[in-house]
Amino acid sequence: MATSITLNVNGQTARVTVDDPNMPLLYALRNDLGLHGPRFGCGLGQCGACTVHIDGNAVRSCITPLSSVGNRSIVTLEGLGTPEKLHPLQQAFIDEQAVQCGYCINGMIMEAAAFLSRTKNPNESQIREALASNLCRCGTHLRILRAVRRAAAQT
Amino acid sequence: MRDIATNRREFLQGTAALIVSFSIDRSQAAVAQGQSSSKSVSTEQVDGFIGINRNGDVTLYSGKVDLGTGVRTALAQIVAEELDVPFAAVTVIQGDTALTPDQGVTSGSFSIQNGGPQIRQAAATARQALLRMTVTKFKVDPSDLSVTDGQITSKSTHRSVSYGALIGGKNFSLEVDKMAVVKDPANFKIVGRSVPRVDIPGKVTGQFTYMQDFQLPGMLHGRVVRPPGIGATLQSIDEDSVRKIPGLVRVVRTGNFVGVVAESEWGAIKASRQLKVSWSTWEGLPDQSALWDHVRGTKIVKEDVTSDVGAAPTALAQGATRLRASYDFAIHTHGSIGPSCSVVEFRDGGLTCWSASQATHNLRKQLAAMLSMPEEQVRCIYIDGSGCYGRNGHEDAAADAALLSRAVGRPVRVQWMREDEHGWDPKGPPTLIDLEGALDARGNLIAWSSAFFLPQGAATPVALVAATLASLPRETDIGPGGILNDTAIPYSVPNMRTVAHRLETTPLRPAWIRAPGRMQNTFANESFLDELATAAGADPLEFRLRHLKDARGAELLERLASVAMWERAPAKPRDHGARVATGRGLAFVKYELVRTYVGVVADIEIDRTTGEIRVKRFFVVQDCGQIINPDGVKNQIEGNIVQTVSRTLMEQVTFNRSRVTSLDWGSYRIIGFPEVPDVVIDLIDRPHEKPWGSGEPSASVVPAAVSNAVFAATGVRLRSVPFTPDKVKAAMVRA
Repeated sequence: MATSITLNVNGQTARVTVDDPNMPLLYALRNDLGLHGPRFGCGLGQCGACTVHIDGNAVRSCITPLSSVGNRSIVTLEGLGTPEKLHPLQQAFIDEQAVQCGYCINGMIMEAAAFLSRTKNPNESQIREALASNLCRCGTHLRILRAVRRAAAQT
Repeated sequence: MRDIATNRREFLQGTAALIVSFSIDRSQAAVAQGQSSSKSVSTEQVDGFIGINRNGDVTLYSGKVDLGTGVRTALAQIVAEELDVPFAAVTVIQGDTALTPDQGVTSGSFSIQNGGPQIRQAAATARQALLRMTVTKFKVDPSDLSVTDGQITSKSTHRSVSYGALIGGKNFSLEVDKMAVVKDPANFKIVGRSVPRVDIPGKVTGQFTYMQDFQLPGMLHGRVVRPPGIGATLQSIDEDSVRKIPGLVRVVRTGNFVGVVAESEWGAIKASRQLKVSWSTWEGLPDQSALWDHVRGTKIVKEDVTSDVGAAPTALAQGATRLRASYDFAIHTHGSIGPSCSVVEFRDGGLTCWSASQATHNLRKQLAAMLSMPEEQVRCIYIDGSGCYGRNGHEDAAADAALLSRAVGRPVRVQWMREDEHGWDPKGPPTLIDLEGALDARGNLIAWSSAFFLPQGAATPVALVAATLASLPRETDIGPGGILNDTAIPYSVPNMRTVAHRLETTPLRPAWIRAPGRMQNTFANESFLDELATAAGADPLEFRLRHLKDARGAELLERLASVAMWERAPAKPRDHGARVATGRGLAFVKYELVRTYVGVVADIEIDRTTGEIRVKRFFVVQDCGQIINPDGVKNQIEGNIVQTVSRTLMEQVTFNRSRVTSLDWGSYRIIGFPEVPDVVIDLIDRPHEKPWGSGEPSASVVPAAVSNAVFAATGVRLRSVPFTPDKVKAAMVRA
C-alpha cells in the first residue's frame, strides 16, 4: 500500500510515495529525489558511501528506515555545497585532487563535514579516527587526509 | 577540457518535491547515435580518434577508459598538446563500441603507454592535415605557418584560419600517418603538467553521473538470486513467496540463473531476499585450511618456462650456500566500494548495454555470444563506475541485466548487492611459489630457480556468471590475466631457470586483480632475494646493485638510497627484546622486465606480543619514462601503496566447500585511515623517453618490502600473504 512521506531535504520539503515505509532513506534520496551524492556501497552501514547528515549528524542512509526520519533536517552532498558555491571541504578535495574513482568521496566529505563542525583544530589522529569507518579502495586516504586538514585550517 | 557526464548534466537545484533525473549520458548517446553510421571506429583512421566541430571543439574518441585513474584528463592533455588547442577545448568520449576504436582492454597500465601514442599519432596526423589544407588555401610555404589555440596563422600574409573553419563537422577521411612528426617534448606546454582532473569537481558535488546513477525512461530494477553453492542446481522456485511485493514484475529463471525484476529498486531487493528457491547441495570447493596442499596437488596441464640461462640445477648443487623457500599469496577480491552495475535495453532488434566495463569491445562479443545475437546488433557504452582494479563484476552485472531485460522487454538496471560483489566477482587466484638459490664463496648469486603454481590461461575474457548459470554460449577459457609476468627476475644471474606450472583449475573463478601475477610473483622474488642477500652477508641494496646490469635500474636504486637515507649494512635484526621492533625493507621491480622501474623502502613497526604490523611509511622512486601528468602519477602510486599494504596485511577471501564466506567488509577487512602509511614519492621524469604505465607497477613491490622490513626488525621471514597477527606470531614461534 502506497504511503506518502514528507521529508526535509537540503532545506526543501520533499514528498515521496513509497510502498514500504521501512525502505532505507538512501533509495528515496537517489531514486525518488534524484540526489546521487549518497551512493550504495554495502547496504550494511559498513563503508560510509551513503552518508548524509540528519540534524547535522553523519548518518548511514542505507540502514536508516525512511519512517524513522520524521521532520528532521536531511542534508546531502548536493545540499552541502554546489559547483557554484562549494563547501570548504569540497574546495579542499578539489585543491588536493583527493579523488580517484570517487565513489566513496561523498561519505568522506559528509563524515568530515560533520566532524569538523564539532571539532575545531583537530589533530591528525582525531581526523583519522573520525574517518575510521569510511572505506576507500583506491587508496586515496592520504589525499583525503590532506584535504580535511586543509579545510580544518580554514574553518 | 569539458566532460560531458560531469558538466552538462542538468544541475538539480532541488526546487521540486519530486525531481525527475535528467541523464546526460542518454542524450550523449542519442546525439552520438545520429553520427554513428558515418563515424569511423578504426584505429587506422584519424576519424576513429579525433573529431573537430565548427567551433573548433575537439572530441577525443578513446577506446581506453577512465577507471578512476585520471586517464581521461591525461589523454586529453596529449591531444591538446599535439593539436595545439587549449586543454579546455577537448572533450572525451570513452569506450563506446559504436563510436570509439577498439584499443584493447583498459588494463595492465597500458592506457598511457599504448593508448597514448596511438591517440598522439592520430592528433599529429590531424594537425599535419590541417596545416596542409592551409598551405593550399593560403598558397604559402609550410614553414610560414604557426598554430596557436587551434588557429593557424601565416607569418608572411598575416592571414589566419581556425581548425573549426577548415574541418568543422567534416571527416578527415585520412589514415593515421605513422610518420607524422610529433611535437618535441622540449616544446610541451600541456603534457608534463599536473593539469587538475576534469572529473573531480563533479565528483565532490554529487553532479557526476556514475554508472550506478544512470537511468532510462521506463527502466525497471533487477536483482539476482545466486545459488548457495557455486555449482548448485536449481530445483524449484516458490513464486508465491514474493507475490505480495508491490511492483514486482517478474521472477526470471533461465537454467540456474535466477533474478527478479520490479518497478522499484527496493522492491527488487526485497523480492531477491524473500524469494524461496531450493537448490541442490554442491560442495565442490576444497578445504580452505588445506588450500596449498590442494594447489600443489592439482593437475598440471602445461609448463611455461619464462627464463632459462646457463644450467641452474647443476649450479645450485655446486654453490657454497644453497637456500630454499616456499611463498604463497592468498585468494583476493577486487573489493570495489560500489558493487557492479549495468543497464541494458533492447530496442529495434538491438541491445544497448551501459556498464563500467574495462573492456566494452570484448563485452560486446560476450553478450552477443551469450544471446546468440549478431555482434553488430550489440552496442556497449562505458560510463565511469566505482574503481574496479581489474576484472571485477562489471561485465557479469551487464550479463545479468541483459538476461533480465530480455525476459521483461523493458530496460533493466542491475546493481549487485555487497554479497554479490564479494561472493561472485572473479578472484585473484591463489599463488604458490617454490624458490631455490645458490651463492658462491664470495656471496655472489650464481644460481636461481623458481617454480610458480598458477592457473592456466591468459588475459582472455572471463566467462560471464549469467552465461555459466544459464548454460548459454560462453567462453570456456580460464582468464586469469597475464600472470606469468615477473616470474622471471631483472637481475643477471649466470644460471637461472624460472618455470610456471599451469594448473588445470584453482578454487574460485580467477581473473586479474591490480598488478596481476606481478604482485604475487614479485613478493616471492624480492623477498627471496633478500634472503639470499642476508645469507651473503650483504646489504640488500648493494646486493641488488651487484646483480643488476641495467643503468636505469641502478640509477633508480641509488636515488632510492638517497631519498630514503638507506644505511648500507647487512640486514640484521635490531631491537632485540623490545616489544615493539622497528625495521625497514627494500624491494625493486622492472615491470615485466621491460618497462616502469620502481624501488621502495618500507618502514614498519611490529608488536612481538600481538603479531601486529604497522606500516609507517613508504619511500617510492619511480621511473615511468615520460610523465604526462605528475600529480596523476603520484595519485596512482599512493593508491597502489595503500591498497597493497591492505592486501599484504589483512586480506584474504574465505570459503567453505560450497561458496565464498567473506561476503562483507567485516569478514573481508581492508585498510582504514588509522592504519594508512605515509608515502613519500620521488619521480624520475624522462620527457624524451616513451611514456610507460603507472597504474600498477608500484603495487608489485609492496608485499616484499614489508616482509623484508619485518625480517630486519625481528629476524623472522614472512612468506605467506596476508601477514595476519596469528600468522606472524606463529612465524615468530617457529623462528
